[in-house]
Amino acid sequence: MSALSGGHGSELAGDVARYGHGSRIPGWDDAVDLTKDPAGIPDPALTSVPRELRERIEASMAKYPDFRSAAIPALHAAQELHGWCSPEAIEQVACVMRLTPAYLTAVATFYDMFSTVPVGRQTVYVCTNISCSLRGADELYAAMQEAAGDDPDFNVRAFECLGACDIAPMASVNGAYVGPLELSDAETIVAQLRAGDEVLPEKQLLRRKVADPRAAGGAGASSAGGDRAPHASAEAEHNASAAKAPDADHSDAADRLFPDEDHRA
Amino acid sequence: MTELLLFDRIDEPGLATIDVYKRRGGYEALERALRMPREEVLQNLLDSGLRGRGGAGFAMGKKVSFLPKGTIDKYLVCNADESEPGTFKDRELMQKSPHMLVEGMIIAAYAADANRSFIYIRGEYEQQAEILERAIAEAEAAGYLGERILGSDHSQSLVLHRGAGAYICGEETGLLDSLEGKRGNPRLKPPFPANQGLYQGPTLINNVETLATVPTIIRMGGAEYAKLGTDTSTGTKLVSVSGNVQRPGNYEIELGISSREIVYGLAGGPEPGREVKLWFPGGSSSPVLKAEDLDLPYDFDSMAKAGSMLGSGAIIVVDDSVPVVDVALKLAKFYRHESCGKCTPCREGTNWTVKMLQRVESGEATPMDLDIIASVQDQIMGNCLCVLGDAMAMPVSSMVAKFRDEFEAHIEAKRAANGLGAPHFDAPLGAALHGAPAGVHS
Repeated sequence: MSALSGGHGSELAGDVARYGHGSRIPGWDDAVDLTKDPAGIPDPALTSVPRELRERIEASMAKYPDFRSAAIPALHAAQELHGWCSPEAIEQVACVMRLTPAYLTAVATFYDMFSTVPVGRQTVYVCTNISCSLRGADELYAAMQEAAGDDPDFNVRAFECLGACDIAPMASVNGAYVGPLELSDAETIVAQLRAGDEVLPEKQLLRRKVADPRAAGGAGASSAGGDRAPHASAEAEHNASAAKAPDADHSDAADRLFPDEDHRA
Repeated sequence: MTELLLFDRIDEPGLATIDVYKRRGGYEALERALRMPREEVLQNLLDSGLRGRGGAGFAMGKKVSFLPKGTIDKYLVCNADESEPGTFKDRELMQKSPHMLVEGMIIAAYAADANRSFIYIRGEYEQQAEILERAIAEAEAAGYLGERILGSDHSQSLVLHRGAGAYICGEETGLLDSLEGKRGNPRLKPPFPANQGLYQGPTLINNVETLATVPTIIRMGGAEYAKLGTDTSTGTKLVSVSGNVQRPGNYEIELGISSREIVYGLAGGPEPGREVKLWFPGGSSSPVLKAEDLDLPYDFDSMAKAGSMLGSGAIIVVDDSVPVVDVALKLAKFYRHESCGKCTPCREGTNWTVKMLQRVESGEATPMDLDIIASVQDQIMGNCLCVLGDAMAMPVSSMVAKFRDEFEAHIEAKRAANGLGAPHFDAPLGAALHGAPAGVHS
């Protein structure tokens, strides 16, 4: 297994029997044979497609005016079943959708969430974009990689902004957003995934409240009614708040939020 | 202070279900809108002055009015591919109040006379997609979607479409290609989507927050809504504050309040002892502003006047402990990764910018490389089908221009550490141009 000692193969684990090119699937990265015709639309009689996958793809195709729109949903479904967009998975989608494997491969390689190489089932995307890295995401990613080690079940990836900078640094663990994470959480996540438990329940994004203090139903929310500030007072408000803010007392957020409450009421 | 329009009691348990949403007056705006003629709904949208909340800030009512009239198949697409770094407001809305978006989409589709609608949500938002899927099913069961809604002549279908992770799909034409099942490459404009969009049909594309605001506009009346905010930036806006602040998160503000009020007042400012070094007023694609710009009012025109933009309303704060070179390099790498590769200036420009910034980072560059970086950014801007290249060029060139001293100091320090010696700044211009390459002799 020389391929495992370096380069591409080194990212893959040794527990699973693999071919020299690092894959469990023979020939998936063979060079194109120019003497052969390109693969056409797979023959339904010769391609076996799991029934559940076929039904999901057909249901997706029925939702759109043009069946081709179902390409991404279909690839999602196939990847869920196969673990990655393997040639076999692509062929099954191609067979149901009546598209060429080349078309679907072109789509699958464009999007970050589709993998055309084998990956572990436990997906951990660590956001390393600007807002998260300002709060230590790069160290978190390193810790996450170390915690997962070379376990072939894990697919730990640095990902672009996942849209949860309020809980930075954060990660998406099998689709569930968790944060803000400490470095020590990396070990916990790996352990919980191995045990099949819910990951860091107390740090789940879904249980988090909006940061805006008034959203809970405070003073601002309750003042229903038609009184709205006329434009003329808007500028006065800017000046007032600008002058007030620099030396304002940080502990008393509510007061500073409504410095002009009297003007408005 | 204005009342909250979008975030009003948004953490109320069960708001994602239709029962709680209706108990709070949900779908009443829809019923009222469906009793109005289409023109009146459109007039309300025009009167409201609502500007697109996704980034470009284009007037929403005007966009609706661009769609051709007639019986042709028209489409409404909600852009929920929120992938601009620093932006996470749509996620909050979809997750906590999905029916507000659904209701807004039905009203907007009614105004535009569109019968097929789609929500393109980014693939990473799996949890939010599930919540929306349930909300759509509830709305269908309640008769708010389908044939002849509430006895009116308006019929509409709504399909949730999950993407699969590509920043470019937030660009409207890239999104359309992706929704058609292709690689998400942007298209040449014109034709604009209003004339030729999804499946070649006239298409209205709006951001989640824009559409979610529509029920409020119908409830208040367009003219009344326009009284909020400033003359040209009406209404309230969700801002996502992130980075080096003590209370990152989403806040609803009335447009026109001071930026300092948002960064320090709401989000708590940087950690004690730290100062704001620079901030992005509208996502990572907006040119950076410095600490003194925090006194500017936060609205579309003030940000534009300051040489930046309000964009998606995502404020990223960077404090004085972070080297500006790191910020520039991080961003450039992101745009290199996300460039779809269709247009040469963007594909090559992002790549070269990363390479040059890496040279700056490692101390192989000279100050002259900063000029080359700036000129590469100039070559990208305006020369591609979409603005992804510009989205890197604008912040990077603004950082190089505004923090040139720091870039040069970094280069000098790194060169010295590498044993290359400092370039001769004090040499006559001729010597600098014609002499030995800077830094070869110490």
